[in-house]
Amino acid sequence: MRPVRFNIHPKQGEPNKSILMTEAPEGYSGQGFFTTKLSDVVGLARKNSIWPLPFATSCCGIEFMATMGAHYDLARFGAERVGFSPRQCDLLMVMGTIAKKMAPVVKQVYLQMAEPRWVLSVGACASSGGIFDTYSVLQGIDQIIPVDVYVPGCPPRPEAILDGFMKIQELVGKESIRRRNSPQYAALLESYGIQ
Amino acid sequence: MALTNEIIQQQLTEKFGDQVYNFESPFGLLTFQSPKEMNLKVLQFLYENENLQFTFLTDLCAVHYPDNKGQELAVVYLLHNLRENIRVRYKIFTDIQQPDIFTATKLFEAANWMERETYDFFGVNFIGHPNLKRVLNADEMDYFPLRKEYPLEDQTRIDKDDAMFGRGGSIF
Amino acid sequence: MLETKEMQPHHVKLPDGSIEKLTTTLNLGPTHPATHGVFQNILELDGERIVSAEQTVGYIHRAFEKLAERRPLYQITPITDRLNYCSSPLNNMGWHMTCEKLLGVKTPKRVDYLRIIIMELARISDHLICNSIVGVDSGAYTGFLYVMQYRELIYEIYEEVCGSRLTTNIGRIGGFERNFSDTAFQKLEKFLREYPKVLKEFENLFTRNRIFMDRLKNTGGISAERALNYGFTGPNLRAAGVDYDVRVHNPYSSYEDFEFTVPVGSTGDNYDRFLVRNAEMWQSLSLIEQAYRKVQEFKGAEAEVYHADAPAYYLPEKKDVYTKMEQLIWHFKIIMGETEIPKGEVYHSVEGANGELGFYLISDGGRTPYRLHFRRPSFIYYQAYSELTKGSMLSDAIITMSSLNLIAGELDA
Ligand code: SF4
Repeated sequence: MRPVRFNIHPKQGEPNKSILMTEAPEGYSGQGFFTTKLSDVVGLARKNSIWPLPFATSCCGIEFMATMGAHYDLARFGAERVGFSPRQCDLLMVMGTIAKKMAPVVKQVYLQMAEPRWVLSVGACASSGGIFDTYSVLQGIDQIIPVDVYVPGCPPRPEAILDGFMKIQELVGKESIRRRNSPQYAALLESYGIQ
Repeated sequence: MALTNEIIQQQLTEKFGDQVYNFESPFGLLTFQSPKEMNLKVLQFLYENENLQFTFLTDLCAVHYPDNKGQELAVVYLLHNLRENIRVRYKIFTDIQQPDIFTATKLFEAANWMERETYDFFGVNFIGHPNLKRVLNADEMDYFPLRKEYPLEDQTRIDKDDAMFGRGGSIF
Repeated sequence: MLETKEMQPHHVKLPDGSIEKLTTTLNLGPTHPATHGVFQNILELDGERIVSAEQTVGYIHRAFEKLAERRPLYQITPITDRLNYCSSPLNNMGWHMTCEKLLGVKTPKRVDYLRIIIMELARISDHLICNSIVGVDSGAYTGFLYVMQYRELIYEIYEEVCGSRLTTNIGRIGGFERNFSDTAFQKLEKFLREYPKVLKEFENLFTRNRIFMDRLKNTGGISAERALNYGFTGPNLRAAGVDYDVRVHNPYSSYEDFEFTVPVGSTGDNYDRFLVRNAEMWQSLSLIEQAYRKVQEFKGAEAEVYHADAPAYYLPEKKDVYTKMEQLIWHFKIIMGETEIPKGEVYHSVEGANGELGFYLISDGGRTPYRLHFRRPSFIYYQAYSELTKGSMLSDAIITMSSLNLIAGELDA
């Protein structure tokens, strides 16, 4: 459970209880050794050191600022390093309306990212066009790139963004290291016209 | 002497006679029209006349009246005299077949993008504009979206019920 | 690209007919770490100096104006939220007042004062972001992280009043959707108590900071004449030395009952813009305090007023709709578009966080506007960006961009 604090009646935090250590993956351990699946270890490492690439275009980006700020603090989830270069990042966070004029840019950024890469679509606009069913707005980024997790809301509260992020962590942790080489994955990319 | 709507109207009629007409003041804002060829002359007079001094272009936009045959597009200027703190609204109408209007960019730098936006939305062709191309929409767009005949919705969507979302008929 | 002879760099000689250029072309944006929001700037650089800049906008054009033609008046408020999303309540209130002007609704004083509280809170939160981002761009991240936390206090007040943080959709035509709760006032008090200290400290961090001053002074300046010609309004115009403020020139929402000063700068450079915004935050604080005091002075039945007595346009409170016949009827009438909307053209403007935010509404008597045009300050003053940055260093151009407070949503509409 995450500690909740209201500002009017300040409660004392309980640091010893609220710090959560990552659990070790299933495995066989004995004196001085520990065996487990490579996938699990890699997943564990990956999921706790995600480098997000914020692609913030509009209002949802402002909520992302709040998520990054001291109050909500995305850094607690191992996403301290917000990278702005697609080459270094693992997670593309698309926040905000993507107009049709912007669509090729989003795709370009996605293509520039190295595998493995994940996509988090934050907010109604990025997920479906939101309230803007208009001639100029792309009706959801999943028309151009594959999306892993959608966060609903207009804008989603920072808690919701964090929740979406944790869902991504779950996915990342469970992903088999072979997935990106599988024919299914190739077919998925193929359906978006990405080789 | 404080500038009032009456004085402005009087000065304008003195200068332009019956070339400026349809004076009214909805909600206290003096509104008038002139033929479209006159627009630069009127704007310049408003700008340079030492009593009037409308040197601040607050807003510029267009309106489409499809039923107003021969005068479909209105271009509306909103000018502000910051010293006297008074505004005027000035309208010109043009035929949609030949929407040519003189640009105001020489008087107001601010008009540059506003005119580009008006071109983008309505296709008003500002003669003499330094860089008249689309500003908000993509260059490839081949129609003027804010004209009344074009639909609002994205026509490529297939996952919504058309009857509920306006495509193929309007609920209003 | 190079316009005049003098602007060409002299140190390189290119042979005639060479396809090489003397300048470097740098494509800044549309997605670039240093641009907040999505703008594209194609810069011609001579070394680090900018020779010319060409801006492209429209990367989040969402067709607000077309959308508004399809929505009844009360449904347009959510669109206005998304104009300048750093200060949504300001846009909301501006829109409500435009409608009230058209419909001839007169709001009671208490509503006006409550609105002022909300509007000035919004102004603070907007300026706070802008100024702290200027800090981030000049290499001081601390200020941003520090004040972000206090912006949450403002958001909590919004939340208490309307239930949402950012895209507030706050208020209704004619007033508020419900009365302010006691908690809202408590939170406001807490804010008024804590915020001055924070702002003071923020200023201590920046205002006389040597590095910060050196980065900001004499960069991105503009003269008053050029600023006016470019249609600047708001803090950016005031930083250039023109004291135009819609709150003073065309008072709305009873601003004439209040005492406040309009801070002005002189050179219109980045540093002045920063100072003007800071000074405005202090003014806003004092406005909120005054308004809060005035609100407290209402006694008895008057202290419960939170909307105008205009049943034909004011969407009744939900719990009344469920329990009272008359309210239900009005609710039905408004939602189904049975109430009469007058014909006419109104222009109403409010002092948005970036300047004069205008609404030009043409009504043909239908339930939706015939045409609605937003005068969006950032769209208008962003044109000047190439002039502001010509001849300056690339790194200064970034600060200029953030100190202009460009909000993509407002810019692209
Ligand atoms: S989902 Fe809502 S808040 Fe987010 S970008 Fe779209 S309109 Fe803005």
